[in-house]
Amino acid sequence: MTDQDIETALTQELHRIAPDISLDDIDPAQDLRDEFDIDSMDFLNLVTALGKRFNLDMPETDYPEMRSFNALAAYLRTQAA
Amino acid sequence: MPSLGADMTDATLVEQLVSPGDAVQRGDIIAAVETQKGVIEIEAFEDGILDNWLVDIGTNVAVGTPLAMIREKGESAAAAPAIPDIAPPKPAPPKPAPPKPAPPKPGPPDTPIPDDRPRRRISPAARRLAVQTGIDPSTVATRSGAPITRSDIAMLTQNDRPPAQTDMRTAIAAAMTRSKRDIPHYYLSHTVDLTNAQAFVSAENADRAPDDRLLLGALYLKAIANAVVKVPEMNGHFTDDGFHQSDAVHTGLAISLRSGGLVAPAIFNADTQRLDDLMTSMRDLITRVRAGRFRARELSDATITLTSLGDRGVDRLYGIIYPPQVAIVGIGTPAMRPWVHDEQVAARLTATVTLAADHRVSDGRRGALFLNTIDKNLQTPDTL
Repeated sequence: MTDQDIETALTQELHRIAPDISLDDIDPAQDLRDEFDIDSMDFLNLVTALGKRFNLDMPETDYPEMRSFNALAAYLRTQAA
Repeated sequence: MPSLGADMTDATLVEQLVSPGDAVQRGDIIAAVETQKGVIEIEAFEDGILDNWLVDIGTNVAVGTPLAMIREKGESAAAAPAIPDIAPPKPAPPKPAPPKPAPPKPGPPDTPIPDDRPRRRISPAARRLAVQTGIDPSTVATRSGAPITRSDIAMLTQNDRPPAQTDMRTAIAAAMTRSKRDIPHYYLSHTVDLTNAQAFVSAENADRAPDDRLLLGALYLKAIANAVVKVPEMNGHFTDDGFHQSDAVHTGLAISLRSGGLVAPAIFNADTQRLDDLMTSMRDLITRVRAGRFRARELSDATITLTSLGDRGVDRLYGIIYPPQVAIVGIGTPAMRPWVHDEQVAARLTATVTLAADHRVSDGRRGALFLNTIDKNLQTPDTL
């Protein structure tokens, strides 16, 4: 699992949920929900999709580590390693 | 064409999912129509054999217009028109349909949601525009795998139609104008401590895979449905001949769309569903609505509405009742706020719950009991 794989997966799953927002238009260090305009159901769907893709549990107690695009990518790198 | 909710008077037939001669069962999805709010699936009202289609694909017809003739099994084709009163006059009775050797089916009519048919991914706005302009989406070339967007369709049209968004806004405006004109609203507001409810959700979710996790929204749905049992005059329809209380609780859930606007389709029988089932229903509904596809009955049959601002909203909202319903419950964004708990000021998770209700049916005293009951239900989430 390379960093590129993780970034690609994350980008694809975000595009599924927020097809109108391009990665180029957002600040990857800012709050993911604000940047992609996603609600709690969207976020749950994102976690569900990423959890299945990387075979991770992604518990709610880890949600604070998934606040921004960069943070979520870093979390996946650590967990999926 | 069944009723499509308070604000829609007509729709365009875009899919015929069963062929003449096919057996249909009550509840089968037999057609799809295009409306201002997206593609809506039409269910059969009764069991029988689809005799023939009365409306061609691409035709715009008013609510109440017969779409197809369904005859009961065993009857001859000419005998029993499904809706004899308003069926268009025919020059000659249709020939008795010969038993056809399994005609090819355009779609699986007996699956509840035929969404897994192989289909180009296309955004709801693009689908709307494609129907409006008569462009076949399958002819649109996009980057491989990318969904067809509205601009892909727009590039193929030479006219400058107003965007589909305008239609959605028109539909919302019509319903809300009717509501503000006809319904004497009264408004109540109540702050609710959600600390227990959130703790319950966190504890439940700790052992659950993401697929099975709960959201607070499911608890809101259940708390409201249970409160309706105590204050039933919040639940039903007000029509020309007065208020009709509903025994079942079909909770309309206001869902915002990324393309703008919102719809409030129903989660059926919210009062008898378990919490986990409500969560599944809510997830399924939101997914389908955001994909631009839902069912006519979901738009017309809601008996009360819930609108929740979610995690990124503001403190409080003032709802407008969706006619012919008589109440709408609004839940503001939960936040940590100072609150007196066990005689101490403490930081607690609270949210402001509002009610807009119809003064023709109830008054503030009953509305207050309703909000207090929702509050009480949310304090004991394990009993929901």
